[in-house]
Amino acid sequence: MSFLEVDAVAKSFGSLVALRGVSLSVQPGELRAVIGPNGAGKTTFFNLISGFFAPSAGTIRFNGRDVTRLPAYRRVSLGMARTFQVTEVFPELSVLENVLIAVEVAAGYRLRPWLGRSARAALRGRVDEILALAGLGQKADRLVGELAHGDQRAAEIAMALALRPRLLLLDEPTAGMGDQETYEITRLIRRLHRDAKLTIVLIEHDMRVIFHLADRISVLDQGRLLAEGTPAEIAANEAVQAAYLGKAA
Amino acid sequence: MNGAAVVAAIRRPAETRWLPLAALWAVLLAVPLWLPLVGGYTALAGRVLVLGLAAIGFNLLLGFTGVMSFGHAAYFGLGAYGAGLTLRYLAASTPLAMLLGTLLGGVAGTLFGLLIARRRGVYFAMVTIAFGQVCYYIAYSWNDLTGGFDGLRGFRRAPIGLGPLVLDIAGDGPAFYYFLLGVFAAAVALMGLLLRSPLGHSFIAIRENERRARFLGIPVERHIWLSFSISCGFTALAGSLYALLNNFADPLGLHYSLSGEIVIMTVMGGMRTFWGPLLGAAVFVVLQDYISSMTTNWMSFIGLLFVVVVLFFPRGLLGFLPRRGAR
Ligand SMILES: Nc1ncnc2c1ncn2[C@@H]1O[C@H](COP(=O)(O)OP(=O)(O)OP(=O)(O)O)[C@@H](O)[C@H]1O
Ligand SMILES: [Mg+2]
Repeated sequence: MSFLEVDAVAKSFGSLVALRGVSLSVQPGELRAVIGPNGAGKTTFFNLISGFFAPSAGTIRFNGRDVTRLPAYRRVSLGMARTFQVTEVFPELSVLENVLIAVEVAAGYRLRPWLGRSARAALRGRVDEILALAGLGQKADRLVGELAHGDQRAAEIAMALALRPRLLLLDEPTAGMGDQETYEITRLIRRLHRDAKLTIVLIEHDMRVIFHLADRISVLDQGRLLAEGTPAEIAANEAVQAAYLGKAA
Repeated sequence: MNGAAVVAAIRRPAETRWLPLAALWAVLLAVPLWLPLVGGYTALAGRVLVLGLAAIGFNLLLGFTGVMSFGHAAYFGLGAYGAGLTLRYLAASTPLAMLLGTLLGGVAGTLFGLLIARRRGVYFAMVTIAFGQVCYYIAYSWNDLTGGFDGLRGFRRAPIGLGPLVLDIAGDGPAFYYFLLGVFAAAVALMGLLLRSPLGHSFIAIRENERRARFLGIPVERHIWLSFSISCGFTALAGSLYALLNNFADPLGLHYSLSGEIVIMTVMGGMRTFWGPLLGAAVFVVLQDYISSMTTNWMSFIGLLFVVVVLFFPRGLLGFLPRRGAR
C-alpha cells in the first residue's frame, strides 16, 4: 500500500477541464517531483490532494485512509502540510509568531484559551528548533511581510514543518528566487528528505533542482499524466521532450 | 514605522510597556477625584467603561479575527434586557441579573453565529444587522414584557451582600463606579489572557490570512463562530452593566444605530490595539455629552470627527502604538 494513492482524479472549472483522470502513488520516504508546462494542472492537483477543493471524480487515499471528501484542516491533522505557489503567511506577525501559531496547532492546542508557563516554554523551544532548521534564527523578531522574498518562502516552509507533517507538498518553493536562495532551499529540502526521511511531493520548474532532488518524476501536460519515471527515464522520454523539455530548451 | 523601529518596539523591555498600563489604571481608579474638577460626573465615566467594554468585546471579532459585524447592539441590548427583566421579575440580585443578561446575549449570539459563520464580508455584516433589527422589533412590540418603545422600567440595581459585608452599589456615589471598574477589569483581564492563548492566536491567524490558517489545520468557520460567540458574550456583559447603570433598558440599546456607534468607537480608537476601543468610547461618550448639551445634531459632529480621524489616523487614535502580535 502506498503512502499517497491518487486514483484517476479529475477537476473541471465550468467548461474548463483542468485535470482529466490523473493517478499517482507515492511511497513512504519518497521525493516525487511533479513537472509540466504552465497551466498543466499541477497546482490544481495539489489543491485536490490537500483538500482546497474536492475532485469532480476520482479518489485520494492518504496513509491507507480515503480522504477524498475530508476538509483541509482534517487532512492537516492526519499529517499533510503544504506551501503555496504564491506565498501564504501572516505578513503582519513576526517570523517567530508565524511559526509559533503553527506549533500551537500541531501540539493540539488550537482550542486552548489558556496555557501554562511550562507548556509555553516547551512550545518556544520547538519554535527555536524550527527557526534554526529553516535558517531564520536571526530573523525571528522581524515581521514576515518585511522580509525578502526568499525568506518569506522559507518562513512558509518553516510553518509547514512546524506541523510535524508526514507528507509535505511544496508548490514551486524556489519560484522567483536568486541562485543563492535556490541553493539554500534545495539544501533544506534535501536535508528533510535524506535526514528526516520526510515524504515530499514537489512541484518545480527549475530542472537543476528537480534532477538534484527527485527520486521519481511525474509529468503533467494539459491535465493528463504524460509520463512517470526516474530522472534518467524522464530525460530520455521523447514525449516529454516534445511537450516540455523541448519548449524549455 | 520602518522595520528597525518595529523591531526596536517589540524588543523594548517589558517594564517600559507596562508603565502606560499602570498610568491608565491610575487614571481610571482616580476618576471620582478628578472628573468633577473638570466638570464631569461619575456616571459619565461609568458609561465610558460600559461602552468601552462593549467595544473591546466587539473588537475581538473585528480587530483580532478580521470579521465585521454591524449588529453587535443586539447582544448589548439583550444583555440589558436580560439584566432588567431579572431584577424586575425574578430576584433583586445584581450578580444574577448580570449572569442572566450575559447568558441571554451570549447564547443568542452563539446560536445565531452557528447560522452565519460560513458567510463572509458584506453578507456576514448584512445578516448581523438583520438579526439585530429582529431583536429590536421584538423588544419594541412585546409591550407587556419589555415596556415597548418606552423601555423597561421599575427595577433597580440591588446592593450586593458578601457574607457580613454589603456592597452598597444602589446609590449614585462612587461605590457603583468602583463596582463597574472591578467588573471591567476582570473582563479585560480575561480578554487579554484569551488573546495571548493558542485560541486567541488562532483568531489572529484567521485575520492575517484565512487560507494559511486553514492549511495550518485551523477549522476556520468553527473558530469564527467561537470568536463571534465570545465577542457577543463580552458585549452582552457590557449591556447588562448598562441596565444597572441606568436602571432602565430600552429598544434603542438593540438598534443598529448603536451597532454603528460601537463600530465607530472601535475604529476611531484603533481596532488593531487592545485599548483603542476604550479610548474611542471615551472620546465618543464625552463628546456626545458635551455637544448634545448645545445641539441636538451631535451625531454630525461625531461623524465629522470620525471622518477626520479615519483620514489622518487610518489606524485609529492609538494606531501609533507598536502592533500587537501573537505572543
Ligand atoms: N480556481 C480555479 N478556477 C478556475 N480555473 C482554474 C482554477 N485553478 C486553476 N484553474 C485553471 O486550471 C488550469 C490549470 O491550472 P494550474 O494552476 O493547476 O496549472 P499549473 O500547472 O499549476 O500552472 P503553473 O505552472 O502556471 O503554476 C489553468 O487553465 C487554470 O487557469
Ligand atoms: Mg501552479
